[in-house]
Order: sequence, then structure tokens, then C-alpha cells
Amino acid sequence: MNQPASAYFIEERHDPNETHTLAVLVQNEPGVLARVIGLFSGRGYNIESLTVSETEAQKHLSRITIVTTGTPMVIAQIKNQLDRMIPVYQVVDMTQTRRSIERELAMVKVRGQGEHRVEALRLADAFRARVIDATTESFVFEITGNTDKINQYIDLMRPLGLVEVSRTGVAAIGRGPEGM
Amino acid sequence: MSDKSHDPNQMTGAAMIVRALIDHGVTDIFGYPGGAVLPIYDEIFQQSEVQHILVRHEQGAGHAAEGYARSTGKPGVALVTSGPGATNMVTPLTDALMDSIPLVCISGQVPTHLIGNDAFQECDTVGITRPCTKHNWLVRDVNDLAKVLHEAFYVATSGRPGPVLVDVPKDVQFATGTYHPPRKSDVHRSYAPRVKGDATQIRKAVALLAGAKRPVIYSGGGVINSGPEATRLLRELVEVTGFPITSTLMGLGAYPASGKNWLGMLGMHGTYEANMTMHDCDVMLCVGARFDDRITGRVDAFSPGSKKIHIDIDPSSINKNIRVDVPIIGDCGNILGDILQVFKAEAKKPDIKTWWQQIAQWRARNSLYYKKSNDVILPQHAIQSLFEATRGRETYITTEVGQHQMWAAQFYGFEEPHRWMTSGGLGTMGYGLPAAVGVQVAHPDSLVIDIAGDASVQMTMQEMSTAVQYELPIKIFILNNQYMGMVRQWQQLLHGNRLSHSYSEAMPDFVKLAEAYGGVGFQVHKPGDLDGAIQEMISVKRPVLFDCRVASLENCFPMIPSGKAHNEMLLPEQANDEATAKAFAGGKALV
Repeated sequence: MNQPASAYFIEERHDPNETHTLAVLVQNEPGVLARVIGLFSGRGYNIESLTVSETEAQKHLSRITIVTTGTPMVIAQIKNQLDRMIPVYQVVDMTQTRRSIERELAMVKVRGQGEHRVEALRLADAFRARVIDATTESFVFEITGNTDKINQYIDLMRPLGLVEVSRTGVAAIGRGPEGM
Repeated sequence: MSDKSHDPNQMTGAAMIVRALIDHGVTDIFGYPGGAVLPIYDEIFQQSEVQHILVRHEQGAGHAAEGYARSTGKPGVALVTSGPGATNMVTPLTDALMDSIPLVCISGQVPTHLIGNDAFQECDTVGITRPCTKHNWLVRDVNDLAKVLHEAFYVATSGRPGPVLVDVPKDVQFATGTYHPPRKSDVHRSYAPRVKGDATQIRKAVALLAGAKRPVIYSGGGVINSGPEATRLLRELVEVTGFPITSTLMGLGAYPASGKNWLGMLGMHGTYEANMTMHDCDVMLCVGARFDDRITGRVDAFSPGSKKIHIDIDPSSINKNIRVDVPIIGDCGNILGDILQVFKAEAKKPDIKTWWQQIAQWRARNSLYYKKSNDVILPQHAIQSLFEATRGRETYITTEVGQHQMWAAQFYGFEEPHRWMTSGGLGTMGYGLPAAVGVQVAHPDSLVIDIAGDASVQMTMQEMSTAVQYELPIKIFILNNQYMGMVRQWQQLLHGNRLSHSYSEAMPDFVKLAEAYGGVGFQVHKPGDLDGAIQEMISVKRPVLFDCRVASLENCFPMIPSGKAHNEMLLPEQANDEATAKAFAGGKALV
């Protein structure tokens, strides 16, 4: 029998997944991050990237930037579920506004000698990555950009002796003079 | 110079808790003492404004508080100790979250310097209860306690109501600080539930309602939570429009079961007419309900031809399971008032005579039919007898979970809101007995009956002792078929009649059990003895266990097999082996 496995799944099959970046302004108090993360794991939503830091110390406000995937209906659910949490001030779908800038910072450690070292430096220059640590056999590069650029850079470093990567996750802000 | 020791607002954390309860009008709380709440119990001992009901298990305190809240519209309060006290509250908290019941739980915690040390009776209470509360707090400073307590009451009772928990370490209970009465600034500025509906959406809704040819109103627990005004307005809307109305399990009583527009409950065990009306309607007005999977059945076949209006105070309920055309976010009482006002000013009652004729044909199928017997009590008959015997009295009904719960919803006619306490969302077996305790505390002179199943009632039976201690004359009306009836029904329908562990081999003697607790026991086997025994039960002013022996293999119909549409329901007269096998084919994986 071709029955759907559960009533909940039927709706999801038709709509393709979308990736959205959400900016969530929260009261900076104990447990607030656990609440947000718990919501995602508890309800089976995806987290692709999560960035959190206090942004206005005086007002005890923190900004959480979450990159998530889901059907449009699920994305709407995620926003509503976040918005109804008591310490959440505001949820802005940065992807939906179509007027946002997204950046990520990565530190990339590459180990190698000879031609590989030269090539790594040359590519770093092309990607505007900075050298922030160096030994005779390694570099640590700092690179800023959108997720695609960083992925591309890391892919290029792989054959040149990529050792490890540390990434901050995505931060996003709207273009123009208005605040969130 | 003010002398701090004479400042009446200087007090210990434990005293603040009792003071806050009084300031929020709390007269009764349910709890169980333990090491980490002893300072609070000491304060309770030294006052008389708040009555404490000692339960026998913390889960009982939670459900009693839920019953209290559901039957009064006021928040229920539970007090438990750290560790196991708090973990035993997880079920009632989750239950209250699913059914939007305002509950304030205060839990003790080990002293702050021991938190994180795996101390005796320590657990991460706020961590454990985070996903099962609307919000929770750990108070580390006694000077934050008053603010948090006031906010807790506000959060529990405003917007979409729900359970909250305040975890108070023992040293904070002992410490002295400054108390202040409730004030507006106690609440997070980020929390501001919307009450008033959008005027444009309301006009759109009225236009749809006025143009409807085959309308239906589908109401839920939100109407009851909103308060008496919402119930009044819902009834007026039905009167003004002449529309048929059905309700979820949680919404029973908002529109009277004796009302002429009443279709009965909808959903998995709803009536044929309610489900067919939902399926074939052209305009659906959903008021304070959430398109739960027990209501919708198969979502892609749910009411395919209708425009849907959805009134809900929680934006996350909108478009969660079912896409709607006109969402209106806000308090349903407020919005119903606005809809009525616009409708009365600009629209007239649509002519839906042919729709009512169609509904009359569905009604004529008599989907709640069952065959009475002279030899054995049918559970449906037992509920009907109970209903007839208690009609006209102020009666409150609680239930456990299972077949008896569905039969109670089908056969007990509720005329008023707040009279029906059941675990709808979570489906908690063992809810009904402690809930009845809570209801009886709130309504000492009313008749409070827990319609129970023999399996469910044994999950929280210990609260009989609470009922006896506080002279709460609750009536536990057990439909005893010696099975976990609903489990068995699904095993029969979906698992080849292999009745795996759904039969109770060693049933206690409920009459002796009642007597052992200090209550009164009844046992009835014959249909002829039923009415007399029920009358006798009602006249007894003590807690009663009523062992009503019913037909052991009766099943609950009508039924929409899960994963099927509203127009694919199985009616009682069709439920022979072949039709049943066909209806349930392939549905095994569903819940």
C-alpha cells in the first residue's frame, strides 16, 4: 500500500528545501542559547550554522544568527516558534529581505614546503586572505567572506597541505541605513 | 533612616514565595515536601491564607493543579522538591504544555554552591523542564525572586496559557532580600502576546462567512481558555449565522451539546456528521484549535474544497499542519467580538438550508449507535446512564486516557465550559484521578467524577489517599473491561489480533481497595443494577471507587483509521472483519 508514513510527512513532499539565514535578537540570560538550540533539535529542524554573541551589553541583548534549511512551511514554523519564546525580541529572515550581507571568518592552517608554500601564498593573495601565523613549514590564513568563498578557498588549500580549519559561522546584517 | 529589620518587604526567599502566592490570589496549592523545599514548607506552616494539599506523588500534584486550573480558569500551583520531585513533574508539565493549561510549578533546588556537583537530590531541573514549559527560571539571587515569581504568573496565564517552573535553590529560600508586589516591569519586554485581531483579516473572514454555502465552525480549547466571554460570543455567532458547529476534544462545552447546531465532536472518534461536514464544507471557521493530527486525519485530503479561517493566539499554530486562507492572530474572544460586530453590521444570515438537509442525512446514519444488552453493561450505556443521572447538577468530569475517554466525549453531553478535564494532547493515562482531586478542591460542593479505565486508574491510584485525607468526595467511575482497551483495539485492527500485553491478568478488587484507602467501593455487573448504583454513588459524600464491569471486547467507533481522510471513516455497523481489515490496510506505521 502506498500510504504516507505519517500524517506529518505528507505535506513536505512537494516543496523543495530552501536555505534561510535568520537573525534572532534575544535577552542575554542564562539558558537562552540552550532554548534556541533545544527548539531546533526537539522539533527536528536543521542547523547549518550558528553564531552567537552579545551585541549590546548595556541592554543585555545578544544576536543569534542561524542558517537553516527547510520547506517554506517549515521555515515559517521555525520563525514563529522562535518568536514565541519569552526572551526573544525579534526574528528577522535575512534571506527573505533580500537585502542582507553575510560574512564568515575562517582560520585555515596549511602545512607544506617548496612550491606548495608559494602556491598557497599566491592563492591567499587572490582571495585576500591574511597570514596570521607562520613557521618555516606552515601558515595560518585568516579569510573573511561569504560561505561559498570560504568553501572554495578551503577546497583549494586541500592539495596544498590543509591541516585544519576553524570557522565562526555566518553573521548577517541588512543593507542600508535602517536597523533591525 | 529606615531600619531594614522593620521593613515589611524584607523577608526570606521562602517567605517571598508564600507572599507572592497570596498576592496572585492563590488559595490552594498541591505539593510534596522534601529537603530542598523545607524552608518553604516552614513558611506554609506558619500561615493560613494558602491551603496546601499534600499529594502522594508529585505527578499527582501536577495533574491536580491542572484540574484545578482547567475547572476554574485560574492558574494551578504545584510545589515540589529537587531531584525526583522535579523529575516527577515532567509529565504534568508536558501535559499542561500540550493542552495550554496555566500551571505554576515551584521546585526546590540544592544550594547554589552545590549546583553542578551531583549533590544529593540534584538534577538539572531547568534543563530537563525547558522543552516542557512555556518558560522556566533558576533564581540564584533572592533579590530577583519576587520579579521572577510575578513574571511566572504572568507568563503562565497570558497569551497562550501554559506551564512555567521556578527553580529555587535552598540557600536562596533562606536568604533575606527585598520583596515587591507585582508590577509591569517584572515581565520580559520581549514578551507581548497579541490580543487584538487584524481588522483587514476580520473583514476578509466576515466576507467568507457571509458568502458561505456549506459553512462549519470548528472550535477548540482556546475558546475555553479565553474565558466566559469567548464562550458567550461563540454561542452568539452560531445563533447569528445559523452555522453548524463541531469541536475538538479540548473544546467540549463551549457550545452546549443540547444546542440545535451541535454536530458532536470531530476527529478520529468524532461523529460521522461532524467529520463529513468538515470534509465537504466550503468555508471553515477554526476558533482556538490547532489542526492536530487526531483532528485532520490525512492532511492532504483534509477538507479539500474549503476556504479556511483560523483564529489563534499563537502564530506558530498557523499553517503548522494545514495551510489556511485567512489567519487571524489574537485572543479568540476579542476576535469573535469583532467578527460578530462586522457581521451584524454588514452581512445577513446566509441561506444554508440545503446544507442542513445534507447534514441531516449524515446525522441519520446514527454513527454513535451501539447494541444494548440485558446481560452485560455496554460502556457507552454506562456513560449515558451516568450522564442522565447527573444532568442538571453542577457536575465536573475528568477522564483518564483510552476508550473510556472517547466514549465519555461521545456520550456525555457538556453544556458549559470548564466542566470537562481531559488529557488531550499528551494523552496521559493516570491524569483523571489526581485531576479530580484538584477539581474537587476548587469546587468542594460540586459533583466531581473521574470517568476512568481499569488500566489508567492504577497509574495514579495512590491519590485516593489524598482524597480521603482532605474529605474530597470524588467519584472514580471505572469502566472495567480488564483490558487496556484502546491498545487492544489497535492490536485487533492493525496487528493481527495479537493482544500483546494489553490484558490485565491480576486486577485488584476495587471495592476492597477503596475500603483500604478509607473510601467507598461499588461493583456492578448487570445493566439492571446500574442506575440504582449510580444514584447511590452520587449520594455518598466520600471518595468512591465504582467498579463498573463492562463488555470486555467492545471497541470504540466510529473511527477514522489514522492516515485516512474524514470521509473514510469506519462506522460501527460496518466494523466487520473484512471492512476493518480493508480500512486499516497499510496504516500500521501510523500513530
